[in-house]
Amino acid sequence: MKRPGPNLVFLFVLAGLAVLAPVAGWLGPYALDILVGIAINLILAVSLNLINGYTGQFSLGHAGFMAVGAYASAWLTLQAGTPSGVNGLVVFASALLAGSLCAGLVGLAVGVPSLRLRGDYLAIVTLGFNEIIKGAVQNAEPLGAQRGLTGIGQYTGFFSAFAGAALAILVVHNLVQSTYGRGFLATHNDEIAAESSGLDTTRYKIVAFATGAFFAGLAGGLYAHFKQFIHPEAFGFMRSMDIVVMVILGGMGSMVGVCCAAVLLTVLPELLRALANLESLPPAIRDFVSNRMILYSVLLIILMITRPQGLLNFSSRRAQASR
Amino acid sequence: MNLRLLPALLGLALLAGSAAAQEVIKIGEFASLTGGNASFGQESHKGTQLAIDELNAAGGVLGRKLQLITEDDQSAAGQAATAVQKLIAQDKVVALLGEVASSKSLEGAPIAQRNKIPMISPASTNPKVTETGDYIFRVCFIDPFQGTVMAKFALSKGWKKIALLTDVKQDYSVGLAEFFVKYFTANGGTIVRDQKYSSGDKDFRAQLTSVKAASPDAVFLPGYYGEVALIGKQARLLGLTAPFLGGDGWVGESLLPVAAGSLDGSFFSAHFSPDDTRPAVQDFVRRFRAKYKSEPDDMAALGYDSAMILADAIKRAGGTDSAKLRDAIAATKNHPGLTGVITLDAQRNAAKSAVILTIRNGAYKFQESVAP
Amino acid sequence: MIEFLQQLINGLAQGGIYALIALGYTMVYGVLRFINFAHGDIFMLGAFAGFYVGPAVLRITGLSPSFAAVLLVLPIAMLACALAGMAIERLCYRPLRDRPRLTVLITAIGVSLLLENGGQFVFGASPRSFPELITDRALALPASLGSLATLTITLSQVLVLGVALLLLGGLRQIVGKTRTGLAMRALSLNPTAAQLMGVDLDRIIALTFGLGSALAGAAGILASIQQPSIDPLMGIAAGLKAFVAAVLGGIGSLTGAVVGGLLIGVLEALVVGYLSPTYRDPIVFGVLILILLFRPAGLLGRFQPEKV
Repeated sequence: MKRPGPNLVFLFVLAGLAVLAPVAGWLGPYALDILVGIAINLILAVSLNLINGYTGQFSLGHAGFMAVGAYASAWLTLQAGTPSGVNGLVVFASALLAGSLCAGLVGLAVGVPSLRLRGDYLAIVTLGFNEIIKGAVQNAEPLGAQRGLTGIGQYTGFFSAFAGAALAILVVHNLVQSTYGRGFLATHNDEIAAESSGLDTTRYKIVAFATGAFFAGLAGGLYAHFKQFIHPEAFGFMRSMDIVVMVILGGMGSMVGVCCAAVLLTVLPELLRALANLESLPPAIRDFVSNRMILYSVLLIILMITRPQGLLNFSSRRAQASR
Repeated sequence: MNLRLLPALLGLALLAGSAAAQEVIKIGEFASLTGGNASFGQESHKGTQLAIDELNAAGGVLGRKLQLITEDDQSAAGQAATAVQKLIAQDKVVALLGEVASSKSLEGAPIAQRNKIPMISPASTNPKVTETGDYIFRVCFIDPFQGTVMAKFALSKGWKKIALLTDVKQDYSVGLAEFFVKYFTANGGTIVRDQKYSSGDKDFRAQLTSVKAASPDAVFLPGYYGEVALIGKQARLLGLTAPFLGGDGWVGESLLPVAAGSLDGSFFSAHFSPDDTRPAVQDFVRRFRAKYKSEPDDMAALGYDSAMILADAIKRAGGTDSAKLRDAIAATKNHPGLTGVITLDAQRNAAKSAVILTIRNGAYKFQESVAP
Repeated sequence: MIEFLQQLINGLAQGGIYALIALGYTMVYGVLRFINFAHGDIFMLGAFAGFYVGPAVLRITGLSPSFAAVLLVLPIAMLACALAGMAIERLCYRPLRDRPRLTVLITAIGVSLLLENGGQFVFGASPRSFPELITDRALALPASLGSLATLTITLSQVLVLGVALLLLGGLRQIVGKTRTGLAMRALSLNPTAAQLMGVDLDRIIALTFGLGSALAGAAGILASIQQPSIDPLMGIAAGLKAFVAAVLGGIGSLTGAVVGGLLIGVLEALVVGYLSPTYRDPIVFGVLILILLFRPAGLLGRFQPEKV
């Protein structure tokens, strides 16, 4: 470790973001919407990568943790009366933290069954937890139940979103690259061998779930305070699937690949949207492109068949490790 | 996707945006053209598009052609906000039309309000939509009105014992039921059973079994046509013979074929009746059939009305200045729409009459018209 | 009491549909050890096969809606689904045979998304009305049953349960008594050994997909007779519930899939009838989680400790 440590890089990134923030404002609200979308997806993908990629568990319920963070933090800022100015920043920051902690606690609760289950069974249980969290919100009148929660203040901006993304990347990176964190990969590669070597795989799994959920909650809080309206359907199975696809496409256990995939998959729909509106293209192509979910699914299948280690994973060693 | 293509594509998109002729008036529409709500989104889009095409064929508005820029939000949460951002920031639309689903309108409305771009929702009935701010309008009536209309109707029929069957996944359905109950119980009626289902369900025997056990005079079922048709069919099989009462969500292509006669003798409130004899409506039905080879429904008529009200307001405002356009839309009075004579009230909601339709021999029949 | 019994009957009929779909999940899992996420969408394809074939069959044969019409349409839809299932296996899953299971799982998710969105593109997004193959009616129960005679049992409910049990019986015969079935069981026990004994892997896996998909196709037709409104997204909810049913019963076990399907159907009916439909999905998944925690292999599955 002769290069500048990741913590130092993180500080540089934060400073850079502070400089960039006004530039992002100059790009206009549509670009800002896409950029914040990228940051939120980065947090989600990187945190799921810790669970699914590095630790080798298979969670299909990441949107559930996101819902916990979104609803908890939005409820808190609404209770505080969505103040503006410095007060607003303090309220927003503490609500985000509280929301993420709630999500982390729920992640802890979900992590416990993961001790006994693996593979497909774990996938279905996390999916079940996702549905249960969604169902709980749907029945909770103070959270707007089926009608969704309206009137949330718009606190999230370019800086807060990307600072969150940088933090998620830093924490996951440090965790995995530390001596302690090698245990995540060991748990992934061969759980039984890892356990025989005296590693506490149980603990690694729980840490992975709690940390992953914490950041999913952070992403949810940022999302709620950007879109200003949240609805239970926003945190369903399909949303969890989106995040899983990002991790898989990027290459499980590859930080760079997963980050690239998160960016690409956020921008791609908007590019297709632009293509679909190009008048110079023949209507048949525009029709097809406007139905981008079809394109998206075909892309997914072809990719899995031709490049299963992930589209954006260029390290062959990792490719083997992500078995 | 080749990464090097990205900047090129973005550039192209920007070029396409800026190269469009100056005199075109750009109107943005956001709708669920794919995904779970696609059936509603596509219908309202057809009506909106028909209105724009007709206006253009007649020379446009103020001598300028209209351009409808439609963005699909895939029925996915979060996407409506992005689509609206794009329409406002990149396409520089002067006004927005959309959405049918209240949950999507609630996503788009704060953005439209912040940018002071007038937005007219064709069919979002949740009162909260227009409460977002003074730039948000709607051309449909809201839940309180429709619920009250049906409660009055039930009482006028002498039905005192009503069972409720509401779709808990739709705030629309819950809202209608709430206001139905309020009026109905305040005027001497009783709710004998309160059952619920969620959109997308296919089997309702559990709820209907419970409803039947309460032997009501009628069942208030403010749901959407997909489920309503199945409920009607399964109710008759279980021997529940009480008539059903419902709202505008009943109207849909597959209601009558799926229900297969089981909803005969039921009543529901609607925005418009295809067998309305007004020439404007008959004309619309004919033109719609000619263009799309299908029958227009409520969503199509509301989409059409929303575009026409916007065009009319642009005409009266004498241009597309956002504050003036807002004021002109707010001043809409006695607009002769397909869905009735529309006046926008101080809360930016449409005050207009509802029609009550009945089903007889597997066809809709006009029953009566109820003024606001 | 009558109301409770009625809910039981309703739940069983719905559970029969889940059971048929769950059988496909269980069979594919048995030989390939992966979750075929696209299986619920095959159920949707079955319904649409009936939608297009049904009226043609009635017209060509001149039959009025009756048992005979169902018996004609059912095998056609099952065949169509079997072919679709085998095509999907050949094109999307076979190239991934030796890849990590997760890769295949993601591909299956891709196939599922393709069928749903492609379905919306080809069939249209609005719900369609399923043609009447048999006139559904409530069966008259003998008055000697006393108050039980007020129960309503419909023809379609009997049909669903009858066909489901018949198909389960047929499947057990195939798996238990034929050479192909023997090969399937051998594969699920030990793929390498089975291949060494001369089992043709490709053929058996294709057949497994064919059989499972045919059952989902049958479920599609039966569900559409009970609930004649079909749409391209109808497979999502049904598929998810059936998957839960398969896990609940013990994935890999045929009888377990049927028991799981019926249990889920009854549980749903009771929750909806006595609580609220908003609690249905949370409770179904909650029960699933509890079962998995205390009996990880499901109700009838065999627990296999991991070997080094």
